[in-house]
Amino acid sequence: MRLLEVSDLTVAFSTSDGVVRAVRGVSFGVDGGRTLGVVGESGSGKSVAALTLLGLSRGANVSGTALFEGRDLLTLADDELRRVRGARIAMVFQDPLSSLHPHYRIGWQIAEMIRAHESASRSAARRRAIELLGLVGIPRPERRVDDYPYQFSGGMRQRVMIAMALALDPRLLIADEPTTALDATVQAQILDLLVGLQRELGTALIMISHDLGVIAEMADEVLVMYAGRAAEVADRRTAYYRPHHPYTLGLLASIPGSAAAGGDHGRPLRPIPGQPPSLITLPSGCAFHPRCRYAMDRCRIDEPPLRQVAGGVAHRSACWLPLNAVGTGEEAEAQRQRVAESGRAASRATADGVT
Amino acid sequence: MSAVPLEALPTEPAHVEAVRIIEGRSPLRLAWARLRRDRVAMVSAVTIAILVGVALGAPVIAHLVGHDPNTQYRETGLTPDGLPVGPSRRFLLGTDNLGRDLFIRVVYGTRISLLVGVVSTVLAVAAGVAVGLAAGYFRGAVDTFLARFMDVVLSFPFLLFAIALVSIVGPSLTVSIFVIAFFSWAAVGRIVRGQTLSIREKEYVEAARSLGAGDLRIMFVDVLPNLMAPVIVYTTLLIPTAIVFESTLSFLGLGVVPPTPTWGNMLSDSLQFYQVAWWYVLFPGLALLTTTLAFNLLGDGVRDALDPSTERLFAAS
Amino acid sequence: MSDPDVVLTVENVVKHFPIRQGIVVKREMGRVHAVDGVSFAVRRGETLGLVGETGCGKSTLARCITRLYDLTSGRVIFDGVDISRLSRRQLHPFRREIQMIFQDPYGSLNPRRRVGSIIGDPFAIHGIADGSQRKRRVQELMEVVGLNPEHYNRFPAEFSGGQRQRIGVARALALRPKLVICDEPVSALDVSIQAQIINLLAELQDEFGLTYVFIAHDLSIVRHVSDRVAVMYLGKVVEIAPARDLYDRPRHPYTAALLSAASVADPDIADRRKRILLAGDVPSPVDPPSGCRFHPRCPKARARCAVEPPELVRRPSDSPNHLTACHFPVEATDDLARAAGTGGPPGGQGRSPR
Repeated sequence: MRLLEVSDLTVAFSTSDGVVRAVRGVSFGVDGGRTLGVVGESGSGKSVAALTLLGLSRGANVSGTALFEGRDLLTLADDELRRVRGARIAMVFQDPLSSLHPHYRIGWQIAEMIRAHESASRSAARRRAIELLGLVGIPRPERRVDDYPYQFSGGMRQRVMIAMALALDPRLLIADEPTTALDATVQAQILDLLVGLQRELGTALIMISHDLGVIAEMADEVLVMYAGRAAEVADRRTAYYRPHHPYTLGLLASIPGSAAAGGDHGRPLRPIPGQPPSLITLPSGCAFHPRCRYAMDRCRIDEPPLRQVAGGVAHRSACWLPLNAVGTGEEAEAQRQRVAESGRAASRATADGVT
Repeated sequence: MSAVPLEALPTEPAHVEAVRIIEGRSPLRLAWARLRRDRVAMVSAVTIAILVGVALGAPVIAHLVGHDPNTQYRETGLTPDGLPVGPSRRFLLGTDNLGRDLFIRVVYGTRISLLVGVVSTVLAVAAGVAVGLAAGYFRGAVDTFLARFMDVVLSFPFLLFAIALVSIVGPSLTVSIFVIAFFSWAAVGRIVRGQTLSIREKEYVEAARSLGAGDLRIMFVDVLPNLMAPVIVYTTLLIPTAIVFESTLSFLGLGVVPPTPTWGNMLSDSLQFYQVAWWYVLFPGLALLTTTLAFNLLGDGVRDALDPSTERLFAAS
Repeated sequence: MSDPDVVLTVENVVKHFPIRQGIVVKREMGRVHAVDGVSFAVRRGETLGLVGETGCGKSTLARCITRLYDLTSGRVIFDGVDISRLSRRQLHPFRREIQMIFQDPYGSLNPRRRVGSIIGDPFAIHGIADGSQRKRRVQELMEVVGLNPEHYNRFPAEFSGGQRQRIGVARALALRPKLVICDEPVSALDVSIQAQIINLLAELQDEFGLTYVFIAHDLSIVRHVSDRVAVMYLGKVVEIAPARDLYDRPRHPYTAALLSAASVADPDIADRRKRILLAGDVPSPVDPPSGCRFHPRCPKARARCAVEPPELVRRPSDSPNHLTACHFPVEATDDLARAAGTGGPPGGQGRSPR
């Protein structure tokens, strides 16, 4: 049994402009000690999904199941959930400045968190806090334990956040864009730290990011989200070298020097046209079809389910294109275009200049 | 340079349409739509409209009723003992101690209150915006001087000043307006200064400067429109303050000269007679309360409608 | 004397921000050494990429070039004219030639103005074309950048981030400038939109013969768009070279570390790469280290580095355009990852096989 198994998670918010369907039936899971990378742009629903698991989506309509260690997180009572949060599942956010309380020393904050879940004496908790700060690579932890958040740099603060997250030895760590606000060299340090800690402590990790480079480095399995649904699920190498879904293909073609470009930084970029859709008024059928260069008539009507892609054991893609058309090779590309053309009404096939 | 070729670059193919159904509505139009949905604010707005109508149509009302605000109707308006008459068919709200029609006097009092309230507010806001904008935009010595000046004005004891001024110049409508405007502008100025300080750091101001825009252009084209929201809110909330201010002045005998009726001086006179003429105290007070409440509620509604934190784009991720 | 092919020369530009404290009289307590002596030249039609992390001074330098800030010292020479000390009035005509595209698509457009008015601003400010002629030119610009000209009367809030950035581009190009400074033009955008804007900028460069200074922190993007790249650290340029040379054979240890830290969307490369992890964080520009500013974090630092600031010069065996400011530049035989104490693939000797 997987450590975390989420099935058909749906999250919707009622706003004065209409119902925002942030997450629309997403299923994913992660095994102990492994890393799931969740990739998506703004509006993909990736952060909302993670927050909902921990009961942090206030005022939302939630349905589906999220089995963690055998219990459904979505139906837990508040106090039960609070016991899970922090102790069994911990979360690290993008902006450590707003996650740490500015008026309390960080050592105190960590110690309080420990004491909130375990019955430990003040000195024991403090010792553990110092130990944790050392574990995340903060120099002279016995001195820095009494500092305030503002006395740390961005990278150091993120380390403190990670220390706090790991304080109770959780089984699962959810990191939501933990390095987006950091400089490249600092980001490298933090990612290295996360990988090292994971190896040492055996924690499972859900890494949420819009940065395909970060995911390429960290993830064992990749979930690509678009407009609140899963577009593609695959293991790491398959996702980057043999993707099936046009959105994944499009993302890779948008990045200079990516796997799709064969590492050539000079190759022209093939951006995805248009922009992500509004989550209130979603397109009919497949949410990606207005931007998809292989869009067929069917795509406008039927929303494709996640289907097993040929060749990959755990490779699934929510697309109507043939299941054996994977990767960026010429043959696959030709196959896609052939199928796409025939899938459109005859008049449109001549109007669309197929690139 | 030759004419630009009118080919759009192929980034938005024909069958791609941005899924954006919002029409070209300005932020103010959107705010107006939000305001319209606010019941309380709408009721207040209607009330104010009625009050304005009453103020403008005061002579007409007097003509219809057949009574004059300053005429003392000794036979019909006073009891045989010389006491005020209560509300009746002839005198809708009763009379005051001199037998004058209270209803007509309250109606005419509306004129003074609204006139002074609105005019002094407009003057105060104009001065406050001008000074605050200059102080916040130019900073440095200009700001130091103007900001200190505003602080000084704010620390003035208004009552003493009002008494002093009136004793020198004599009470009148103009003096009332001036005094009220003088004590209100600095608060507006402070707020505008604060807003200007933050707006001038925005990137679009930097962009304007990089295009070569001069200071005056930036102040009027870029900064001022973004000040409108807080200024409008403050104006709507300043009017009732000014109205109460005027009533206070006339209550103390420092405002408009009697026999011109204002709610303030009516209240002042009525206190001696509250035991025998409750209507004399009640109705001017009620008029003042209603007016102030209506403006305050409208002001709250306007502030909520203009709340800039409602971004139209929902960016969940 | 001045090379007609050179559009912009930056000569020893220094920009310090004084830190003042005091109650009545403000006294200078220290200075932020934002830009501390930067020199380079940009040729007509080329794209110079400018990379660096927080506090390196690239944004400040951009604002010095466009004279949004006054220089503390040094010169900025545009098309042969020294614009460093010109008054605002004298600078006015140059504002047509040097333009800037800003980072924040949400902050760089006035939310209370209509898009047509925003794009028409340059025309209004410089008294060129008004009325229907201006509107026509604005709509032409909108088409050029890929916007629907019928949206002339809309407000910025009704556009997406990518579209707003296009508006910013249209505004910058209105008067056909010669030089465009792009300050992180795509950093705030989604990945799929970034590529659209990058392509747009490239096409416009060809179309209008523009020269770009492209500032970004994303190394892949900078490499993709630039002809030459300059790397900045704490207010100084540490290395400048043609893009390919810089990325294939970096000579400055900081450049090497930066390149090794960049995220690459390719699992094999990510696995193979040896990360050079620098110790500590970027020091504050208020009190920069002595000698070579990078020496406290440099895996190759020696005694000399703490004392003597290195010059930005060409090292033997490098191409003539490749300048490095380092006493002990990176050699092909160096293993900086080991020197930094962090050998091997990212944290990953014990990684589960894939």
